[in-house]
Amino acid sequence: MRISLMSALAAIVLSNPILFNPVLADSWQDTLEAAKGQTVYWNAWGGDPQTNAFIAWVGQQTFERYGVALRQVKLTDTAEAVTRVLSEKAAGQDDEGSVDLIWINGPNFLAMKEQGLLFGPFVAGLPNAQYLDLSPASPNSVDFTVPVAGMESPWRLAKFVFNYDSARIDTPPLSMTALLEWATINPGRFTHPDPSNFMGATFLKQALIDLTQDTAVLQEPVTEDSFVAATRPLWKWYDALRPTLWRGGETFPENQSVQQQLLNDGEIDIAMSFDPASTAVAIAQGLLPETARVFVPEGGTIGNVSFVAIPYNAASREGAQVVANFLLAPDTQAHMQNIEVLGAFSVLAAAKLKADARATFATLQTAPGLPSLADLGPTLLEPHASWMTRLTQEWARRYTR
Amino acid sequence: MKPTGTGLRLVVLAALLLGIISPIAAGLIQTGRAAFGLMPVVGAHGSGLEVWRSLCALPGFWTSVRLTLWIGFAATFLSLTLATCFCATAHARMTGRSAARWLAPLLAAPHTAVAIGLAFVLAPSGWIARLLAPLVGWVRPPDLALINDPWGIALILGLMIKEIPFLLLVMLAALSQIPVQQHMAAARGLGYRRSVVWVKIIAPQVWPLIRLPVLVVLAYSLSTVEMGIILGPSNPPVFSVFVMRLFMAPDLAMILPASAGALMLAFLMGVASATLFVAERLVRYTGLWWIRAGGRSSAVKPLLRIASLCVIALFVIGTLAMVSLVFWSLAWRWPWPSMLPETWSFQPWRNAAGVLGPALGNTLFIAGASVFVSLALAILWLEGEDRKGRGCAGWGEVLIYLPLLLPQIAFLYGLNMLFLRLGISGGIGAVIWAQVLFVFPYVMIVLSDPWRALDPRLIRAAASLGAGPVRQLLTVKIPLLLSPILIAAAIGTAVSVAQYLPTLFMGAGRISTLTTEAVTLSSGADRRITGVYASLQAILSFAAYAVAFMVPAFVFRNRAALKGAGQ
Repeated sequence: MRISLMSALAAIVLSNPILFNPVLADSWQDTLEAAKGQTVYWNAWGGDPQTNAFIAWVGQQTFERYGVALRQVKLTDTAEAVTRVLSEKAAGQDDEGSVDLIWINGPNFLAMKEQGLLFGPFVAGLPNAQYLDLSPASPNSVDFTVPVAGMESPWRLAKFVFNYDSARIDTPPLSMTALLEWATINPGRFTHPDPSNFMGATFLKQALIDLTQDTAVLQEPVTEDSFVAATRPLWKWYDALRPTLWRGGETFPENQSVQQQLLNDGEIDIAMSFDPASTAVAIAQGLLPETARVFVPEGGTIGNVSFVAIPYNAASREGAQVVANFLLAPDTQAHMQNIEVLGAFSVLAAAKLKADARATFATLQTAPGLPSLADLGPTLLEPHASWMTRLTQEWARRYTR
Repeated sequence: MKPTGTGLRLVVLAALLLGIISPIAAGLIQTGRAAFGLMPVVGAHGSGLEVWRSLCALPGFWTSVRLTLWIGFAATFLSLTLATCFCATAHARMTGRSAARWLAPLLAAPHTAVAIGLAFVLAPSGWIARLLAPLVGWVRPPDLALINDPWGIALILGLMIKEIPFLLLVMLAALSQIPVQQHMAAARGLGYRRSVVWVKIIAPQVWPLIRLPVLVVLAYSLSTVEMGIILGPSNPPVFSVFVMRLFMAPDLAMILPASAGALMLAFLMGVASATLFVAERLVRYTGLWWIRAGGRSSAVKPLLRIASLCVIALFVIGTLAMVSLVFWSLAWRWPWPSMLPETWSFQPWRNAAGVLGPALGNTLFIAGASVFVSLALAILWLEGEDRKGRGCAGWGEVLIYLPLLLPQIAFLYGLNMLFLRLGISGGIGAVIWAQVLFVFPYVMIVLSDPWRALDPRLIRAAASLGAGPVRQLLTVKIPLLLSPILIAAAIGTAVSVAQYLPTLFMGAGRISTLTTEAVTLSSGADRRITGVYASLQAILSFAAYAVAFMVPAFVFRNRAALKGAGQ
């Protein structure tokens, strides 16, 4: 309701969205005032120097504009922050918690939501949420089929892609069946991260979606029967694929970054990523050869949105909302999508943007290895989070001895 | 004798109990509750052995346990054997001081850095393979399991590269307390070869002095997470990594089997220590028989030679690993099969410079504080022993070394809960406290033997000149022991600089140090950045060693017998 009202009035008053809704304006003004002088500890995976630099830039901006200082707490795994909040709850520390904002999604979000570890709903109160498609079926509203319900705010897009060195492969395999044929002809030249890592699990999910007959069942919580039926073709395919993998499928790279290094070292020919721009960024950073390119299986790939959430006991929850809101500003999103900064695709709905903001996005330059949105094909929905858990358990049961 | 002695000991003992033992016990209890299904915050209200059953039923559990035991024992046994053999062949040519100087670079290098560098040297696309590629005609890297191999050979090698220098250091310290020359002369007179004297006469005397450090090596080999991830197999991984993955699972209920796994790891370490003691008994009986038989054959000599060559080869590989990281830190593009980077750049160093300031400041401050506290505790403890006129009880030793003999993940989670309840988690004080748990035992390992070996006649002379206990300590003992004190401080600094989990848990991730930065960035697997941070970590610890060698050399420039004193 509020959003449609806003878009109707957007043409009249362009500069300050908070003028539309006096209630929102007041509460947001209160939030801004409470946030001034706060320090927000953003717990975010710290393995990517570009993302770290972007977060540092965000911190400079929020400090200058709103007096909100931002510190990144660099994680090796999102679960660290979740465990930290859980320990605080167990120790009875229900306010002044050490985590203000978490880069989160999927199973970790589900876990925090179920354990009542989140603050909110807060997304609708963010002025810049007007630029988001928040319709019930939008990827901004469901995270791994779990309703977001305003408990986490989007900030960047993620979509499964493969990457390869075009100097070594002419035509990459464009389906999971073609990938098996390719791997059979080129043994030892492909692998995937260990499924205990989210990237390895995502590869299994992508293969499942590609190979299974009925994808609708994946949107429901998994049952024993639906799992057996849906995954039968997957295991048949994987049994054939595994012996052709790098090191005979006996060991797997720890995560996608390690696998990208294997691609750069020439140990394998195909790697994968959950960020379509990562190949272009890696080329620019000297981490992949100039000839590295992205490809996407026909029929599209799994995509989702990366969110930020605020723990229930956050010490600086107002400051955290200011940061979440700043992340959604069209200028911030355009800066983020700039391939020289981060290259991460924006979560904003182009249709909801004003003309000048759209123009800013249109002027963003391209780079070698950066796919266009059209190249990326359709975005497929993430299966229900229970599928991921069940899939990695079954993989371990079958292939871990 | 003197009442002050008992008082001092009681004070230090209380500090140890309150500061070190009770937090660990609290941490273990917390972990134990979760391991037996008692964790209300995730809705678990105690289900007895259910958690253990689910842990044991996890795929790969038994393989992982077997793998861990094999790697732990193999790495410890090989490190100990090689270090002993190397000592036997090289001791006559090495003074403690020159050896320590020579060992310092590998001692100072952080485990993670050695592992990452070693992975690059050994990998099928690594330095050695690149050297061989033109000769063998490899166009693409061969698909060989040279690292992450299912037997854990690469991990064993990595552990040996780090543990042999440490064992050599403690062995040299122990040897300084044994009249090696006299024993050698006597045994040679009886017709024993030099190498046989080492095995039959010197080694049995050294063993009791290095038993604890060997246990520490065994415990580390069983519980390392970082080296296990980088060099070990992945499916299943070694048990410590197995447990870590459970702790990191998105499903919060997995904390229960993860806690059980952490206790299981502690149990494995207990079993391993027990095995070591049984082995010691066995060797004592059979060895006695062997020694009494009086054989004077020299068959061991070629074995000693081979072992020493292995040690040198490992040192070379370890040095290559560190050098390769320095190259990576200066590289931009370095693809297969180039031996050297294609393009060079200072960019990784420039990028690091921006975030380095606070991390470096924190690292220095925490290292300084934790080393100071640990040294003070250690000196007070040893002084207490002197005044009481008796050595440390066995249980006392075990208490001191407890933090090193338990896996960190078994008690850190629970310890953090305690700190949260006390309201001190997340501060720099909590981090320093947590680090002292690990720095203090190492300081004791290095300092206690030279301290106990101090010539008692000097103290008696001071006493007869009218110096009280305090003056004896300040004007005789500490100056005489300056060199070992500084070496203990250097090792303590290296230990503090390398701490990851304690810093992470107790600092709520907010206290960033060189190591926390390095570990999070290495999850992004960019060797260039890892190279920068690993170089800095190594430089920092190395600087501490340099100070430890230069200060006594300067202070005692006109005291011939004290230059590099202690050993």
